[in-house]
Amino acid sequence: MLIYGDEAAIAKGGDELESQIMKGHMAFAESNGEKLRGGHALQSVSTATTVRSGADGALTVTDGPFAETKEALGGFYMVEAADLDEAIAIAKQVPAPHGAIEVRPVRVFD
Amino acid sequence: MRVTRDIDSAEECAQDAFAVALSRWSTEGVPDRPGAWLTTVARRRALDVVRREAGLRRRLPLLVDAPLSAAGVEAPPEVDDDVIEDDRLRLICTCCHPALAPEAQVALTLRLLCGLTTAEVARAFLVSESTMAARITRAKQKIAVAGIPYRVPTAGELPERVAAVLDVVHLLFTTGHTAPAGQSLSRRDLAERAIDLARMLHALLPDNADVAGLFALLLLTDARRETRVGADGRLLLLEEQDRHRWDRSSIDEGVALVRVALRRRPPGRYALQAAIAAVHCEAPTWTDTDWREIVALYDILVDVWPSPVVALNRAVAIGMRDGPAAGLDALRPLEAEPQLSSYAYLPASRADFLRRLGRLAEASSAYEEALARTDNEVEREFLRARLRSLSP
Repeated sequence: MLIYGDEAAIAKGGDELESQIMKGHMAFAESNGEKLRGGHALQSVSTATTVRSGADGALTVTDGPFAETKEALGGFYMVEAADLDEAIAIAKQVPAPHGAIEVRPVRVFD
Repeated sequence: MRVTRDIDSAEECAQDAFAVALSRWSTEGVPDRPGAWLTTVARRRALDVVRREAGLRRRLPLLVDAPLSAAGVEAPPEVDDDVIEDDRLRLICTCCHPALAPEAQVALTLRLLCGLTTAEVARAFLVSESTMAARITRAKQKIAVAGIPYRVPTAGELPERVAAVLDVVHLLFTTGHTAPAGQSLSRRDLAERAIDLARMLHALLPDNADVAGLFALLLLTDARRETRVGADGRLLLLEEQDRHRWDRSSIDEGVALVRVALRRRPPGRYALQAAIAAVHCEAPTWTDTDWREIVALYDILVDVWPSPVVALNRAVAIGMRDGPAAGLDALRPLEAEPQLSSYAYLPASRADFLRRLGRLAEASSAYEEALARTDNEVEREFLRARLRSLSP
């Protein structure tokens, strides 16, 4: 589950919003503990560095995320779900006050 | 992957039934009720598959049986048929899962549940066959890879899924009502199957206004089935149809359902379409048609459902109310609609207004344009007859 959010809007919410989101994640982990396989919150995109390969194969290093978007990837959860309906039911519990959760199956190589 | 296997086997059953039908009918003639016959064959095929896969024989929750028998609808006679009913319901719910794009939901259902060819589905959607083939492949991959479950939604989930399922049933009926290609104007088997599905959904969700609206629309449209084509196979317009041969019991059932469906505010798109069909059905003759009422209903419908095809029908109704010149004016803004660029009814409607205005040269080139856009032989013959009538 890729958690996207509007960092500016979340920053505007101040400490109060941040602690509310934190509580949300604690509650989420509490009720979905056995399904959770991992996950992390990420630092703000202002800390991002992008390594990109150019047309000539040369690697360039630049400041900032790979794409400037209003909503940025803020963290992720790895979840074990039997099917998409269960995954969606879990995604609905992830706190994302100014954003969205993208649900993607993990690709398994045989 | 279990889902893929089930989806593919459902597809095979439908395909097999149509293949058997085609070869049998070419030697023995078409049975009285091809729809019922096809369903029986598809069921037998499905049962063979079910017997091979013992897991599929597990009875699902009695979601279908209880409300069906409560509504007095004939219960399936055998346990095995029952399994197939549930199977159809969970297949349609999988095909109509909200995680699939709406166009993919409808396409998949027509392809997998009804055995339409990709070309037929493409024409029903007004897109090219290759576009449709890619859309169907993508949808099947998403079902398999994302793990969209293959099961009947719980009673609590079902209403949420209804809108998508209704769109599917509606398009299925329209495709059956006017087959996009071939010799015969309608494919009764598809239309009958759509009505069966609508009746089943109405029995499951008797208080759902959208279901009642769609069911009413199908009944009221289908009530005219016997009069749409003349003895010579020629397409008959609403204006020419023998209203005594309209199916009174379908009309009565449909009109009663429209009343229920229109109680909700705002009324849904199917309830409004059904109301328009009811106005036609209740006019004793063509000249008695209440075009003011019909245009008023279209005005609301265009708001609820802003589709270019609805806008086209509204323009035609305006032409009937205010005369052919007003009709032409109303059609003009629609000529630029990309979605109507391959739609035969647009030039056909323009041709009709031009003909009534006596602008015969323009009318005949508009009929030619319409001819280039339909492969249905009955529709083509109608357009050719109109063309002939224009020559001096």
